[in-house]
Amino acid sequence: MKLTLRVWRQKNARADGAMATYEVDGVSPDMSFLEMLDVLNERLALDGEDPVAFDHDCREGICGACSLVINGDAHGPERTTTCQLHMRSFRDGDTIDVEPWRAAAFPVVKDLVVDRSALDRIIQAGGYVTAPTGSAPEAHATPVPKPVADQAFEHAECIGCGACVAACPNGAAMLFTSAKVNHLNVLPQGAPERETRVLDMVAQMDGEGFGGCTLTGECATACPKGIPLTSITRMNREWLRATRKASDR
Amino acid sequence: MTSYADYTTGEPVTDTKAPDGPIAECWDRRRFEAKLVNPANRRKHTVIVVGTGLAGGSAGATLAEQGYHVVQFCYQDSPRRAHSIAAQGGINAAKNYRNDGDSVHRLFHDTVKGGDFRARESNVHRLAQVSVEIIDQCVAQGVPFAREYGGLLDTRSFGGVQVSRTFYARGQTGQQLLLGAYQALSRQIAAGNVELHPRTEMLDLIVAGGRARGIVARDLVTGAISTHVADAVVLASGGYGNVFRLSTNAMNSNATAIWRAHRRGAHFANPCFTQIHPTCIPRTGDHQSKLTLMSESLRNDGRIWVPRAQGDRRPPNEIPEDERDYYLERIYPAFGNLVPRDIASRAAKNVCDEGRGVGPGGQGVYLDFADAIRRMGRKAVEARYGNLFDMYQRITDEDPYEVPMRIYPAVHYTMGGLWVDYDLQTTIPGLFAIGEANFSDHGANRLGASALMQGLADGYFVLPATVNDYLARNPHQEAVTAEHPAVQEAVAGTEDRLHLLLAVDGDRTPDSFHRELGELMWELCGMARTDAGLRKALERIPQIREEFWRRIKVPGSGEEFNQSLEKANRVVDYLELAELMCLDALHRTESCGGHFREESQTPDGEAARKDDTFSYAAAWEFTATGEAPVLHREDLAFEYVHPTRRSYA
Ligand SMILES: Cc1cc2nc3c(=O)[nH]c(=O)nc-3n(C[C@H](O)[C@H](O)[C@H](O)COP(=O)(O)OP(=O)(O)OC[C@H]3O[C@@H](n4cnc5c(N)ncnc54)[C@H](O)[C@@H]3O)c2cc1C
Ligand code: SF4
Ligand code: FES
Repeated sequence: MKLTLRVWRQKNARADGAMATYEVDGVSPDMSFLEMLDVLNERLALDGEDPVAFDHDCREGICGACSLVINGDAHGPERTTTCQLHMRSFRDGDTIDVEPWRAAAFPVVKDLVVDRSALDRIIQAGGYVTAPTGSAPEAHATPVPKPVADQAFEHAECIGCGACVAACPNGAAMLFTSAKVNHLNVLPQGAPERETRVLDMVAQMDGEGFGGCTLTGECATACPKGIPLTSITRMNREWLRATRKASDR
Repeated sequence: MTSYADYTTGEPVTDTKAPDGPIAECWDRRRFEAKLVNPANRRKHTVIVVGTGLAGGSAGATLAEQGYHVVQFCYQDSPRRAHSIAAQGGINAAKNYRNDGDSVHRLFHDTVKGGDFRARESNVHRLAQVSVEIIDQCVAQGVPFAREYGGLLDTRSFGGVQVSRTFYARGQTGQQLLLGAYQALSRQIAAGNVELHPRTEMLDLIVAGGRARGIVARDLVTGAISTHVADAVVLASGGYGNVFRLSTNAMNSNATAIWRAHRRGAHFANPCFTQIHPTCIPRTGDHQSKLTLMSESLRNDGRIWVPRAQGDRRPPNEIPEDERDYYLERIYPAFGNLVPRDIASRAAKNVCDEGRGVGPGGQGVYLDFADAIRRMGRKAVEARYGNLFDMYQRITDEDPYEVPMRIYPAVHYTMGGLWVDYDLQTTIPGLFAIGEANFSDHGANRLGASALMQGLADGYFVLPATVNDYLARNPHQEAVTAEHPAVQEAVAGTEDRLHLLLAVDGDRTPDSFHRELGELMWELCGMARTDAGLRKALERIPQIREEFWRRIKVPGSGEEFNQSLEKANRVVDYLELAELMCLDALHRTESCGGHFREESQTPDGEAARKDDTFSYAAAWEFTATGEAPVLHREDLAFEYVHPTRRSYA
């Protein structure tokens, strides 16, 4: 296949960026999208040009590093991560736009690489169970009903990629935040910090410059791990409950 | 200059610091004998941790909880993305929840045997002991392990064992365990006890006054070179499987941290012990950038076969039952599809070499779920392996519910690594290595689900205790500032190397060299190794290295985000480490575990160990680039698990 790529190029956080056009030939349908970019980058490097910077590591859809907006969609046309997108999803002669995540809270580092540390800070605000090493009781001391464990797991699957933020017209991080809140809040181990967790994480999220949520649902459509929109409504309930409890006190 | 293969032999390693006495009491004794740092003084001690995977993440969090000031590094943008995230199948622990005869002793026994009697008994026993606490710790953190309807934890069996001791979280066990450690670490970052440097790569170790005292690092965003000083340094930087270029490791996993430490005096043990995993998706073409593992847990229910006849090109569904060869079940009836990885990989290679491989290029065997689907229904198979099947389908465009998967072995894990004693301390005082970065527990072959166990055992439980002891015994260290000659020398060396990489301005990319080296290693130092092949590799590697420094082309500058420069710098280290791997493989003229020397096999083609000559760990001491290293042997004594020929038949 022969493709035309229009790629966002931006030297660093302070520089202005612009789209640049490249032709890529000899693309096989079995290539992943990132392997196709590898081919482009090898050529650019040999020509002494700056290769296109993009984040990636596992290339298995689990680390959450890869993060491209392809033809306007976070992670491209399929419901998967960028690294698991294959060129068989495109046709010979296609023109493909490749851009970074765009959100106020994710400044561009270079080209297609953005700074997602705001997501880490949301976790730092309360996305954990306080269980210092060595303090744990025997694992079977607290049975967890399978449906509860499964529910926790479904939320715990979030890979922290930030596609939900990139897809959201408001640049909100509700889906990401709710995934962690729900993972921990449904479990008995997470119960003691149930209220502070949701209050602190939401406060941090608001402070990071993410937009407000209007439940448009774009986030859940873009999420490669299928975190459902109901995750957000669930977190809202948790937040209301915690707020009420706090004001009762 | 002598030839690289003419290594000399130095003093043997005689003291591993393992306490004497009954093995089951060693760890308790060591902990009791350890000196403690007064909690009020811990803040004054800085510990550097390089890596945020299972080993580094758990170590950083625990050291900070104990009160130490931790400075931690990872090359990713977030600690949550460390390569451990990709582990699929599970984590072992001797809980014996199934009442199927499991025990600490059995896990110890299985690990020593699975490692083909090339691991240190004292360390392995401790690993088995600590395994039990890991599960408790992770559950307390909210790790959503698979559970049964009664609410208790579910387990499954993994290759090389006959009990069900593997805890799992669907096919994402590594992810869930790592998020547990990451969350614990996040709590400590918020509390100000951990200073985290993401997107920062360690490029050298600072050794002052004979002790590890810090690192030189590069900020991958700005290119700034910085130095960080500490009272102890912990390397948790993962394995070096990417020497082969194509592996199941994350793209940016690399050997730089451990190789630079090796150059500074840390001995490197058993570098040739690499694990080739039997169940990976076969490669499809030259564009291939990495290989994808299909979890070994699939071998619980999938059956491996190839056609009986050579060159049988019929689609799998048209090959009748009696014309299929379920070769693992045939050759190893007791373990069948669950034989250890090294055995399963070699068997796959053998049938492909016989011309019975399937798929493009005949480089594949079938992993068939038809029987499992018939037996337990599609839904049950989906619940167990759904995400793996999806991943397979996405990559190959084939539906494994309908046609058997095609799999082929690929480089997966490195048992070798920095030599460490019982305290996980390297030969440089104050430098510790944990997780896949060290060589300690898996001998010549690692059992499935044991790397996660080891990473967390090291990080949560072992290292925090031994670092405590080290700091208590070495409380007042000389001040090391930016002006210290050791710091200046390390910084200058790093800057020179980067400048040179940028200055050559040749005509080959870092990846082209990586590819050339990787292909050479796969062919000559991969699943089967020979004297002639290894000598050929040892001749070629210095030539590639020489060409590298003549023809490398790295665009851009060092003062910016520059992924070509990162890669080139990693390839520099692969080009040296590969040579040591080949030498180690050449010198070990026996077959054991993942190291198969064609000259040393039984009449029926199984690995033939030579215990009289090779019952030791080979710890190599660096001399100079391309110069013969010095071999230090650590003799291995087996007091509890008597070496036998591994038999899985
Ligand atoms: C696909 C796959 C599946 C697996 N499945 C299983 C399984 O089911 N069960 C099992 O037990 N094992 C499994 N393994 C093996 C296991 O995942 C690894 O051995 C283990 O996770 C390694 O953990 P670690 O903490 O030692 O290192 P890693 O997780 O590799 O972490 C390395 C860390 O070091 C950092 N780092 C590296 N170099 C530098 C540097 N120079 N400067 C700064 N930071 C650096 C990285 O940023 C990262 O944070 C699997 C491996 C693979 C590849
Ligand atoms: S919720 Fe989904 S889209 Fe958002 S960070 Fe998590 S995995 Fe990515
Ligand atoms: S590179 Fe890891 S999820 Fe895409």
